[in-house]
Amino acid sequence: MMHYVHKKIESISFGLFSPKQVVDGASAKIVTPELYDREGYPVDGGLMDLRLGVIDPGLRCKTCGQKLKECPGHFGYIELARPVVHIKFVRQVMDLLRSSCKSCGRVLFADAGMAKVISALNKLGEDEGNEARRRKIKEMITKGKGKDICPHCNGKQDPIKLEKPYNYYEAEIRLTPIEIRARLEKIPSEDLELFGYKIDSFRPEWLILTVLQIPPVTMRPSITLESGERSEDDLTHKLGDIVRINQRLFENINAGAPEVIIEDLWDLLQYHVTTFFDNEVPQLPPARHRGGQTLKTLAARISSKEGRIRHNLAGKRTDFSARTVISPDPMIELNEVGIPQSMAMTLTIPERVTEWNIDYLKTYVQNGSKKYPGANYVIKADGRRKSVSEDTKEEILTELVPGYVVERHLINGDISLFNRQPSLHRMSMMCHRVKVLPGRTFRLNPAVCNPYNADFDGDEMNLHIPQTEEARSEARVLMLVDTQIISPRYGLSVVGCIQDAITGNYILTKELVLSHEEAVDLLFACGVDDLSRLPHKDKIDGKEVFSMVLPADFGYVGKDKSGAEVKIVNGILKTGVMDKANLGQESGLMLRNIYEIYGADFTARMLGIISKLGIAVLTRRGFSIGLSDMDLSAESIGEIQDLLDKSEAEAMKLLDQFNAGKLEALPGRTVRETLEVRILEVLNRARNKTGDLAMKQVKDSSAIVMVRCGSRGSSLNIAQMTAVVGQQALRGRRIDTGYRGRTLPYFKKQDLSPMARGFVRNNFKSGLNPSEFFFGAMTGRDALMDTALRTPKSGYLYRRLSNAMQDLKVEYDGSVRDASGKVVQYSYGEDGLDVARTKNGVLDVKRIILQVAGEVKE
Amino acid sequence: MYRLEAPEIPPGKIMALDIPKHTLVPVHSKVSDNEKEKVLSALQATTTQLPKIYKDDAALVKLAVKAGDIIKIERKSPTAGVSFYYRVVIDG
Repeated sequence: MMHYVHKKIESISFGLFSPKQVVDGASAKIVTPELYDREGYPVDGGLMDLRLGVIDPGLRCKTCGQKLKECPGHFGYIELARPVVHIKFVRQVMDLLRSSCKSCGRVLFADAGMAKVISALNKLGEDEGNEARRRKIKEMITKGKGKDICPHCNGKQDPIKLEKPYNYYEAEIRLTPIEIRARLEKIPSEDLELFGYKIDSFRPEWLILTVLQIPPVTMRPSITLESGERSEDDLTHKLGDIVRINQRLFENINAGAPEVIIEDLWDLLQYHVTTFFDNEVPQLPPARHRGGQTLKTLAARISSKEGRIRHNLAGKRTDFSARTVISPDPMIELNEVGIPQSMAMTLTIPERVTEWNIDYLKTYVQNGSKKYPGANYVIKADGRRKSVSEDTKEEILTELVPGYVVERHLINGDISLFNRQPSLHRMSMMCHRVKVLPGRTFRLNPAVCNPYNADFDGDEMNLHIPQTEEARSEARVLMLVDTQIISPRYGLSVVGCIQDAITGNYILTKELVLSHEEAVDLLFACGVDDLSRLPHKDKIDGKEVFSMVLPADFGYVGKDKSGAEVKIVNGILKTGVMDKANLGQESGLMLRNIYEIYGADFTARMLGIISKLGIAVLTRRGFSIGLSDMDLSAESIGEIQDLLDKSEAEAMKLLDQFNAGKLEALPGRTVRETLEVRILEVLNRARNKTGDLAMKQVKDSSAIVMVRCGSRGSSLNIAQMTAVVGQQALRGRRIDTGYRGRTLPYFKKQDLSPMARGFVRNNFKSGLNPSEFFFGAMTGRDALMDTALRTPKSGYLYRRLSNAMQDLKVEYDGSVRDASGKVVQYSYGEDGLDVARTKNGVLDVKRIILQVAGEVKE
Repeated sequence: MYRLEAPEIPPGKIMALDIPKHTLVPVHSKVSDNEKEKVLSALQATTTQLPKIYKDDAALVKLAVKAGDIIKIERKSPTAGVSFYYRVVIDG
C-alpha cells in the first residue's frame, strides 16, 4: 500500500473563537429545546437538527449529504439572550479588569516606563509562562505610585473583587457580564501584548460569551434502548437546559418582565452554561440527572483517569496480545516462554507468500484454523482479508500466489515480548522465543523470575507478538533475555540458578563421586552432548562432571559463599564448590566473566544447562527434609541450654544493677533505655551464638545443606527451629508493658525479666508455650502490617522518581541532559561508566591491560 | 523555591562559622572570563542549559561573583574519586 502525504501540519496555534467565527462556522442556529417531533423525526432548529450531522442509519446529513460514519458532524450555535461569563476564563477576565482603567481601558502603566515594563515581562513570560506574567502586571501596578488613578485619563479606579465562581464586584456593586464585556472592549489591542495575548487572533471581549457553540450530534449520540425508547447523551441534556432557559429569557425580555425575574433567569443561564463546560466547579452544586447522578459534561470528558487523554490517548490497547497465569518449567530454555496451544491458535504471525515459501505456507492453510499449526486469515494483494475455514480453504489454496499474506498460528521459535507489571526497569519486558506447550498457563524458566520479580502464587503476565519484520528483529536484537542478563544497575548477572539448581550443583561439586556411566547419563540428560572432555576413568568426581559444562579455555579465581577459594583452570573446576556466590543471581563474577568472554547466547544456554544439571543431580540422588533434620545431639542441646541460662542470668544481673541504681547510662540515653538496649543486646547475641552452634552440630541434614549453599533459608531459620526462637521485638524494642505494667496477665506486674518481655526460649520443634506463642503472634502481625503499609509508599516514591527522570539521556559527550538540553550531570554517574559493561560497577583495568597485551585470553 | 538567606556580615567582622571551609561544603571556584568560553564550548552548552546557583549562595561569600559567571565545584565522588560540576550564577 502506498501512503500519500495529503496535508502536512506546519504549526498549531491555540486561540479563541470570535462570536463571528462561531456564527460563520455553524451549520444551524438552535432555537428550540425540543428534540424530535411526534413521528420521532428531528426538529429543525432543535438540538438533534439534521444539519448537525447524522447518528441514525439510513438518514443523510443535511449539510454535507453524507451518511452515518461518513459525516463528521457540524457545529451549530445559540444566540444567548444575555452574555455570560465563560467559567474557564474567570481568572483572565479578573486580571484584565484589575489591570486596566475603568474609564479609558488603557493598562495602568504610564507611557514613560512602558519599554522597561515590556522587556521585564517578556523575560519573565519566557521563563515562567503567561500566568506568571499576568500576576507580575498586577503586582507592578499595585506597587506603582498613585494606583487609584489612571495615568492616562486620571480616572479614579475602584478595587474589583471576585466572588467565586463567577461574580465580579466593583466597590461592592456587582458587575454584570454586559458591563464587563463593555470594559473589555475598551482595552486597546496594543496594550494586550503586555499580557502575552496574540493580538491578531484575540480580543478580550470574546472571553464573555454572547453566542454559544453547539457541538455536533456525532459527539453526543443518543442511544436507543431495547424498549425502543431514546436515551440522550448528558451533553444534549445540558444543552437542552441552556436552550430552554435562553428562550424563556428572550420571551421575558421581549414581554418587558420585571428586572428581578430577568436577573434570576440570567443567573440560571449562567449556571447552565457554566456546568455545560465544567460540572465540577467547586462552589457550584453539580447538575444532576433525575436519579441524582451527576452529568458528565465537557471537562469531565477530557480530565482524570477515565478522560479522553489518560484513557483513550495515553491508554493504548493492543491486538496480538495475551495474558494468563504463569507457572514454572525448568526444562525450557531461559529465553523461551511456554504458550498454551489454544493461545498459539489465536495469536498469529503474518507471513508474505513468495515463490520460495509458498509450499510451506500452503501447509498452514491446508490445516485450516481449527488444526494446529494452521492459519486464521489470508490477506489478498489488494488488502482484503479472507478467513480460513473448512469451507474456504480449498478455494484459498488454489488462488494463493506470491503477494498474498498468510496469518499463520504461532510456532516454536517465533518472537514474542513478555512482560510483568509493574514494569519498573527494562528487564520487566523481555523478548522470549515461543514454545507451544499443552496446558493453559504461560511457562517460564524459574531463573528469569528475578528480573520480572515474578513468583507462581497466582501471578499473571502479558505476552505480545510483534507483527512486522522490523519489530521482530528489534525485539530479538535489543530485548532478548540473553542480552539482558547483565543488570545496568549493578553490573552483575540478574538471572542465575535458584533453589534446587544451586543445591544440586553444590552437592555435585562438593561430595559426589559418580561412575562413568552415571556421569554420562547425568550430563546427557541436561543437554551436554560433547562428552570428549570427560576423563576416561571408572570413578568420576562431581567437580569433573561440572567442569564439562564450562568452556574448555575458561579460567577463573573467586570465592565461594563460605569464603574458600574457587579456582577454575582451563575449564576445569580445580578447587572449591559451586554455590550461591558463583551460580546465584545478583552475585559473583563467574557468570559475569563468562558473559564477557563467551557472549550472551552462550551464557544463557550454559545457565540453562547448569540449572538442569543441578535438578538432574537431585532427582537422581534424592533430596528431602524431615523433622529429624532438626535433631541435635544431647550434648549440643546441653550446650545451648547452658548458653541460654547464662544469657538470661546476665540479663537478670543487668536488671539487679538497674534496681540497685548501679547501671550506668549509655551516652544520650536514660538509665531505663540503657537497660532495655543492653538486655536486647545480650539476648540477641545469645540467639546468634546458638545459631552457630546448631549449624555446627547438625550433621549434613538437607536443611543445613540448603543454608550452606545459599539456596534457601538462613542460619537464623535453623536456630529458631532447633535451638531457640529468641527475643521478639516490636519497633526495635522488647515487647512493651503498656498501661497495665505487664505484657500479658500471666506475668506479675513490673516484671522486666526476659520471659515476661517477649523472650521465646523454646524452639519451633519443641513447641512454644501459650505466652510465647502470643508474643510471636504480636511481632508477626506487626511485620504483616509493616509490609502492607510500606509497599504502596515505596512504589509511589519510585514512580515519582522514574517519571521525573524518564527523558534524561546520556549524550554523545557523556553528559546527562534532559529533553531541552539542560545539563544534569557532566559525566554520567560522575565516572562516565556504563554499569552494564562493568563488573559490579568497577572496571578491571589490570585485566584489560593484560588482555590488550595478549596475556589473557579474550 | 526554597533557599536560605545568606547572613549579612558586618564589615570587618569574621563569621563564627566559615561556610566555604566547612568539610561538607565542596570547593567552589570561579572560572575566569578567559576560560569561560573554553568551558562552555567543551560542554557544548549555553549558560541557560547549565545548572544554576544563586549569587548570594553561602558557598560563594568569599568569591566576587556576578550573574553570568560560571562556578566550578570540585566534589568528592564515590564513583570517580573527584568530579567537577559547573553552575552558572544567577541573581537571587
